[in-house]
Amino acid sequence: MKIKNIIITFVSAIAILFSTSVVSLAKVVGDKIILGAAISLTGKYSSNGVHTQNGYNMAVDRINDMGGIKVGGKTYKFDIIYYDDESNPKRAAQLAERLISQDGVEFMLGPYSSGLTKAIAPVTEKYGVPMVEANGASRSLFTKGYKYLFAVLAPANLYLDVAIETAVELNGGKGVRIAQAFEQDAFSQDVRLGILDAAERTGSKIIIDDKLPKELNDMAATLAKVKAVKPDVLVVSGHTKGALTAIRQIAEMKVDVPMLAMTHCDAAKLSKQHGKNSQYALCASQWHKTLTYKDDFFKDGMTYAADFEKLFGYDPPYQSAESSAALLVFKDAFERANSFDQKKVRDALADTNMQTFYGNIKFAEGGQNVDKPMVLFQVMCDDAGKCENKVVAPLKWASAELIHPIPKWSER
Amino acid sequence: MDFLIFQVPMLTLQAVLDGLLLGVLFALIAYGMALQWGVMNIINIAQGDLVILGGYIAYFMYLYGIHPAWGVIVSPIIMYFVGVIIYKLVINKVVDRDLFISILATFGISILFMQLMNFAFGADVVLANSGYGTTMLFDNSVTLPNSKIFSAFISIVFAIGLVIYMKKSKLGRAIRATAQNARAAKILGVDTEKVYAATFGINAALCGVAGALISITFTIHPYMGLPYTIRSFMIVIVAGLGNLPGVAMSGMGLGVFEEFADYILGTEFRIGSVFLLLVLILVYRRFKLSRKREYLK
Repeated sequence: MKIKNIIITFVSAIAILFSTSVVSLAKVVGDKIILGAAISLTGKYSSNGVHTQNGYNMAVDRINDMGGIKVGGKTYKFDIIYYDDESNPKRAAQLAERLISQDGVEFMLGPYSSGLTKAIAPVTEKYGVPMVEANGASRSLFTKGYKYLFAVLAPANLYLDVAIETAVELNGGKGVRIAQAFEQDAFSQDVRLGILDAAERTGSKIIIDDKLPKELNDMAATLAKVKAVKPDVLVVSGHTKGALTAIRQIAEMKVDVPMLAMTHCDAAKLSKQHGKNSQYALCASQWHKTLTYKDDFFKDGMTYAADFEKLFGYDPPYQSAESSAALLVFKDAFERANSFDQKKVRDALADTNMQTFYGNIKFAEGGQNVDKPMVLFQVMCDDAGKCENKVVAPLKWASAELIHPIPKWSER
Repeated sequence: MDFLIFQVPMLTLQAVLDGLLLGVLFALIAYGMALQWGVMNIINIAQGDLVILGGYIAYFMYLYGIHPAWGVIVSPIIMYFVGVIIYKLVINKVVDRDLFISILATFGISILFMQLMNFAFGADVVLANSGYGTTMLFDNSVTLPNSKIFSAFISIVFAIGLVIYMKKSKLGRAIRATAQNARAAKILGVDTEKVYAATFGINAALCGVAGALISITFTIHPYMGLPYTIRSFMIVIVAGLGNLPGVAMSGMGLGVFEEFADYILGTEFRIGSVFLLLVLILVYRRFKLSRKREYLK
């Protein structure tokens, strides 16, 4: 009997402890604004997940050190509760539920990748929790009518259409012949839709349109076709695997194309892994450190890159920069809303119109950022084989002139 | 655009050669699978993960300045011991059970390997550069990367070496005896436990060779193992168990079939068409088998 009583007391003590801790963990505790984030710390997205987390952490520290967030005459600091979503969409959705209903989080930061953001968005929407995300670019995220989702990055369909426009421009305004190969996943297919739009707009013709299976790591057949039909532009998007495979096989098969445009070059560390073979590839990027956008917290891209390198020991990929920008957006919205009411913060987010070191941020109806163009950089190598990414388009930001057409393999 | 392959005759040759070179490499992985399936009656779902682990060995050699081609020697030696350790820890407990248990066990090993590799090597896609250049035929209209030719050559050398070893050596004979009838072999003094461990080790070593070759020709990533498992499974199914020349033929055949499917049906149907072929072959086999049974009645 006695033991039973002890157990009951023990269990109820734990229950009470838990119920109080749930309350104490709610959105704003003391001088802390608590944000929630499910991030891929393990699993196949773990490297980009870590880039995202580093970006978030760096911005939190910077904002807190520089005076925090002023709401209602009081100063608050940011804090983030992280969970590991194991790169698994189902797990990410569960964790979002847990963050909101158990931990009492009322404001969320996005996970890494379009797929995981897609899994979490319905949950944050259901609870009316504003989420600023920095790593989900798929167009389908912005056509569902979500009211609480805001993305600081440009949507996926805009990734490579700058390349097509540049090619048309260089062709004297006449349409070009495009060969394209895209992986069959949400993101790459969105990039493909963007190319289709650009082709229609510019009167260009698509002569090869291959869809690469996810498990494929051999593009020899596609490239043999490219060699046979000689297009003006070759566009490839298939995450890091696609970028690495394409460069390797283009070099091995000596495929000559005047322009090669792709995504995920910096995530693939293209120039590091392939050296001079990656030269002249055009890569779409959300951000590059040489862009001259400015803000009060990180100053500009070069300063951000230097500070980031000091903290984490590597050059920041754009995934980190956009994640840091998400925190700046939240701070700005809290201060303008001057309240922690979710509805008011949401409305303030929707009215965002600001410049950060990462770029201008202004949200469209669907939540995507419409004020920041994509940039294209080209891999350029010196004679010693040291390669660098130089911004070549849009012209406003260009730090080098586009090399076009790409020299033939026989002349390299 | 339709059927480009028939308009440009050189593409046909390119497709056949690409398919053959790819097929030989897959056949090597399937070889290991056929061997242990035949001897131990185990379908190894972790086959592809052993391949990737072998690839990482070559990759790390490359990272430390050693030419990755040496991976085809170092990788199988390390992988042999990895195989034996896996056998001692897990496989020897499931070797006499039914197929389902072994599939579950190796599926578990597969997940464990994926996560461990992800933990140890990171989630980045990596590759090793051999710097072997390209062989160009017919005025650069057919190109064959030398790394692929090297891969195919090494695969053939190892496959032939294995066949000879199985025929001539004492252990090879013991393995074949165990495959025919484990109980009888045991009664006649064959240490089947040792045979099983060696078989699993040899399979892992073959995966190691294939992995090193894949790191030179393609890319590697901790989660990329499953397609190799499925591919080798299919090759073995098509060839039939215990039919080593058949494995080589079906590997190359599937490679060429896949390339042609890519040109004719489109890249998106490449893998799908191989699966369709598998289904057709299984249905045909079943049809043949059922007729045989009727005859026996």
